[in-house]
Amino acid sequence: MDNKTPLIALMGNPNSGKTAIFNLLTGMNQKVSNYPGITVEQRRGNAQLTDTCAVQIMDMPGTYSLTPESLDEKIVAQQTLKWLNGIDRPAAIISVVDAGNLSRNLYLTSQVMELGIPVIIALNMMDRVKKKNQNIDSKELQKILGVHAVVPMSAREKWGINELQSELLNVITKANIEVSTHIQMEIPKEIEKIISPISEFLYDKNNHDNYITNVQALRIITRKSALELYSECKNLTGAEIKSLTLLRDNVAHEIDELGLNHRILEATLRFEMLDNALKDHTLINQSEIKNQSRSERVDKILTHKWVGPLIFITLLYGIFQSIFTWATIPMQYIDSAVGYLGNYCVQLFSPGILRDLLVEGIISGVGAILIFLPQILILMFFMTILEDTGYMARVAFMMDKLMNKIGLHGKSVLPLMSGYACAIPGIMATRTIDSWKERLITIIVLPLISCSARLPVYTLMIGAFIPNKPILGFLNLQGLTMVLMYFLGTVTAMVIAAIISRFIEEKGKSSFVMEMPPYRMPLAVSLFRQVYTRGKLFVINAGKIIMAISIVLWFLASFPKPDSDEESFSIQNSYAGKIGHAIEPVIAPLGFDWKIGVGLITSFAAREVMVSTLATLYNVEDEGDDFVGITEALKNEVNPLTGLPKYTPLVALSIMVFYVYAAQCMATFAIVKNETNSWKWPLIMIVYMTGLAYIGSLLVYQGGQMLGFT
Amino acid sequence: MSIKQLHHLLPGESAKIISFHTDLTLQSRLVEMGILPGVEIRLMKKGPFKGPIEIKVRGYEVALRYKDAMQINVS
Repeated sequence: MDNKTPLIALMGNPNSGKTAIFNLLTGMNQKVSNYPGITVEQRRGNAQLTDTCAVQIMDMPGTYSLTPESLDEKIVAQQTLKWLNGIDRPAAIISVVDAGNLSRNLYLTSQVMELGIPVIIALNMMDRVKKKNQNIDSKELQKILGVHAVVPMSAREKWGINELQSELLNVITKANIEVSTHIQMEIPKEIEKIISPISEFLYDKNNHDNYITNVQALRIITRKSALELYSECKNLTGAEIKSLTLLRDNVAHEIDELGLNHRILEATLRFEMLDNALKDHTLINQSEIKNQSRSERVDKILTHKWVGPLIFITLLYGIFQSIFTWATIPMQYIDSAVGYLGNYCVQLFSPGILRDLLVEGIISGVGAILIFLPQILILMFFMTILEDTGYMARVAFMMDKLMNKIGLHGKSVLPLMSGYACAIPGIMATRTIDSWKERLITIIVLPLISCSARLPVYTLMIGAFIPNKPILGFLNLQGLTMVLMYFLGTVTAMVIAAIISRFIEEKGKSSFVMEMPPYRMPLAVSLFRQVYTRGKLFVINAGKIIMAISIVLWFLASFPKPDSDEESFSIQNSYAGKIGHAIEPVIAPLGFDWKIGVGLITSFAAREVMVSTLATLYNVEDEGDDFVGITEALKNEVNPLTGLPKYTPLVALSIMVFYVYAAQCMATFAIVKNETNSWKWPLIMIVYMTGLAYIGSLLVYQGGQMLGFT
Repeated sequence: MSIKQLHHLLPGESAKIISFHTDLTLQSRLVEMGILPGVEIRLMKKGPFKGPIEIKVRGYEVALRYKDAMQINVS
């Protein structure tokens, strides 16, 4: 994307359909990246307006205003302040407006209009307005506001997009477009006088016109953090910011003494302006709030005190059922494809360290993670549906009270639930939680939820050592043990959340002001694009770290090579084996021997690798998912000192408890590092989870022995 | 009409916002979403066990926490 392509910024409220419009304009021609240093996604894409003319569209995060409060808003406020000062100015701004919610959406638009850049309003969701037999006179609206154009459209029904493109073409081909703000806030003389020290200061620095300067002053008074933007833009020096801060505090104080509230000054004046401008044009229907909408009637059932949670649990059950059944076939395909690729490389290259590295290290290591991709994609698919239909907001509504008690957010529920399949999509899904603290706690406890990679370990241990006998008449001991493991992880996650919420400081106050979007059918295109983007993010981001650790693990398990060729190589003599032996004294109190120790180490690649490691150690041929060989081998292992079986049900239980808690999946920590942007949190998680695992297993094994169990 | 707090409204009841005493971050969030003194709202539903409270304002729906609703005066 070269510099000659004109830049168009796309702005709008959350839930205004901004992303759908971006997709319609750019097609598959887009690039998703994170803003430097933070995890807010930045999307850019090229839109072809004619055969010869293209523009680059920059999708800004969805915000309600230019006041810098949340992370998203800071980005937008920062960017727009730069534009105001002539840096990287776009050729035009498309302001996406939900036609059914005009006055609130136009709040941001009116702020954007003050940047001196031509604004085109994309009056989206006109289909819903028309369904209610209402209409909005877009020509009239354009005149009132004085924007470049107002284009009525529906991204959902895909009409109006051509008109939007031709308005874009119009604005970039015309030279010297006059940009004026028709409507302006009426700032009372009294207030104008009070704020004059700030506005005069800004006027001397920036030389914007009177009105714009007053607006800037109002924003600084509303929110002190608006001043930080000036220092980040290098617009003012440190000393200037200091004196401006003093001025600001004085002025804010004076305003409050008048009986006004400086925090809501800009909003009050601006909404006054908008409400006045729109009041003669039956555009906003105040009586609207009296009517019961269809969503409201549906909500009576879906968020009912008792029926609501029941429906939610049924839905979840259905989703997880389909994850496990639908994913089986693609997982088998991936498994055999990885195996085929490995064999192919074995035939292609001559034996040697490089081939071993490629086949045993990289291909099998990355393959072990890729196998979970179908589950992740299916889960992402359902999560996106729940999000796009608006149901997710209702779940958050129902669960917020309960979640808030343990320091989490109503929106933590679905990410936590995803954790039963795989922690990674769950961690990525926490992006929807706007409180940093609640999001962080959700991420920290999420890996305690038993994911599907633990399943092979539980299955092996339960199958080998827990007797298959009925208990209490109707339950089965094996099944009960399995449920117990899932229960243990879940309850611990809740307890840990409640504890750490007392220690983590809030980065900005947590608030739960959540828009409840009307229910609507998700769009297939955006659904698949979302799943695709997330899947790609997982493969690329986590893949890099997984590749590196796979190589290290392979090295540890295959070196040093034996001195002579006659001596057969065994993992016992490898570095991994040596580490296993070295840590044996530490893990012996848990009932583990060095072989389990090696398994614990290789599990760092992925938990289910434990099974194949043990299989290798016992030289059992691992035939697919058939655990019979290794089950027997484990049962038959004899302790040379006592002559009794080495592994007992108690040891098996201890191993399982260890796997419930232990920090073993490097992909998870790779994702946490990405999402929190530092190694601090993944390291803290590794420490606390390993501690829990050790103490948990110790209690089970030693306690069990004291009680006389074996 | 007498002044009461938002959480005292019954589902379906409308009222006008008079003032609020919520913390500052929440205040700026509310006003930029068009929820400010003088605006008419309708209480849609209350979450179970003092859970969130959903209101309709300016033609859209929004949920607030119960403890925040207690700080909003309406009449």
